[in-house]
Amino acid sequence: MQAPAGAGMAKVELRDVGLRYFGPEGETEALKGISLAVAPGEFVAIIGQSGCGKSTLLSLISGILQPTDGAVLVDGVPVSGPSRNVGYMLQQDYLFEWRTILDNAVLGAEIQGADMNAARARAAALLTRYGLGQFLNHLPRQLSGGMRQRVALARTLCTEPDVVLLDEPFSALDSQTRIALADEVAEILRRERKTAILVTHDIGEAVSMAERVIVLSRRPGRVKSDHAIRFNTADGKRPAPFAARNTPEFNGYFNALWQELEVHVEG
Amino acid sequence: MSKVETAGPVNPSPQYLEWLRRERRGHLTVRTTQLALLVAFLVLWEVAPRLDLINPLFTSYPSTIWPTFLEMLNATPQQASILTHTWATTLATVVGFTAAMVLGTAIAAALWWWNALYKVLDPYLVVANALPKTAFVPLFYIWLGATLSIYGMSLAISLFITILMIYSGFQGVDPNKIKLAQTFGATKGQILIKVVLPGSVPTLIATLKVNAGLSLVGVVVGEFQSATYGLGYLIQYGSQIFKMNIVMTAITILAIVSSLMYLAISWLESAVMRRR
Repeated sequence: MQAPAGAGMAKVELRDVGLRYFGPEGETEALKGISLAVAPGEFVAIIGQSGCGKSTLLSLISGILQPTDGAVLVDGVPVSGPSRNVGYMLQQDYLFEWRTILDNAVLGAEIQGADMNAARARAAALLTRYGLGQFLNHLPRQLSGGMRQRVALARTLCTEPDVVLLDEPFSALDSQTRIALADEVAEILRRERKTAILVTHDIGEAVSMAERVIVLSRRPGRVKSDHAIRFNTADGKRPAPFAARNTPEFNGYFNALWQELEVHVEG
Repeated sequence: MSKVETAGPVNPSPQYLEWLRRERRGHLTVRTTQLALLVAFLVLWEVAPRLDLINPLFTSYPSTIWPTFLEMLNATPQQASILTHTWATTLATVVGFTAAMVLGTAIAAALWWWNALYKVLDPYLVVANALPKTAFVPLFYIWLGATLSIYGMSLAISLFITILMIYSGFQGVDPNKIKLAQTFGATKGQILIKVVLPGSVPTLIATLKVNAGLSLVGVVVGEFQSATYGLGYLIQYGSQIFKMNIVMTAITILAIVSSLMYLAISWLESAVMRRR
């Protein structure tokens, strides 16, 4: 696909997107007038209170939901359904208990009708890199929560998407595993130059992982503000999430975002 | 971090050995009690008629079952071998519940596929399930003839509950697993084959258990009406000529057949569940 607008084109773009759910009691406006652009390779976090439509936003970008207003574009092309370029990591691992770890990891490739030998090799390599090499033929119930979520990451990346959507992927984990895994995932996504969109209600997670944090208002969700997250480090590189939590900038961003979310509780 | 199965201790502590002993003793107590109950029942059944507490004409004796069985092994011009009768009943039952499983799963899949179809048929399915199918035995006899009516009854009695159970199993599959498949662009057929069906295996096995019993009921009731073979026929025949030993022998074989079917399904269940 040739880029129509040339360089500088957004990897993911939302143009005045709105979504209404229809039910017997009437219409619910989940999202309203959302416009935003994510550059290739950028790591963006979207935060907001529960029920503000964060997860809905990811479903729209992934193409499993269609907006009632506006348009969603990936690589400049309107999204009309799930695309191979977009991978989606859900809130929980949802591993199939009847499949082995390796068979779970190749699920996406299998559904997409990819070359299964190559997919198996890719999945095995990913799982081995995530420290699960000896568990390929185990069943999900034999793994801990953190290990299972790493299998889910391998399942997402096995189809080689350019864009990875993360829907509170650590929320089901205990706090220690959660921070450790956030480090790993951020490192993996940066190294592979994926465009990442993380949805979370955890301010610390957003600031420590993302280069940009977008705040959504309460329902109907709208873009309330957009913060660039920058750290001054000696080597000019972005610190890993865990290290980022110990920087002075972290607290500044954290407090600013905290207040912005607080306002909503009162208002 | 890793959660791996616990291996047996290399050097078991005395407390652990004591615990094992208690476990084993508890298990043994259950088994002994089960056996004792069976023996007590048989003794009561044998002794009560002999002491004239009950009329032996009505109950026969357990001690007559084995001789009756041996006697009936040989076919006579009037009567087929009891093995032929047993085979006829078993075959009709297995055919009945296999047909119910296959047809029921297919119909449940169709209802899952077309939600509108389910909405339309729902009340009819519920009524058809609640209806006593045995009321149709004489009708089936007229419509389908002597042999087919037995298969028909065996299918009819288990089909509707199969559809309802499997459909609710399909509905019970975690919608997030389906969402996950959708994020990879799965088609409806792929969702059925890769998510819904394998996710419903426990329901399928539970349905199989229910059906084995129900199909047997259907067959025996069908045989009461129309058959010249089968354990249901033997029961009917034996009671008409007041030979309770024949009735009791046939019922005993029914008990054995249903136990064996249950065992086979349990074995299948443990074989499948080992993968979960």
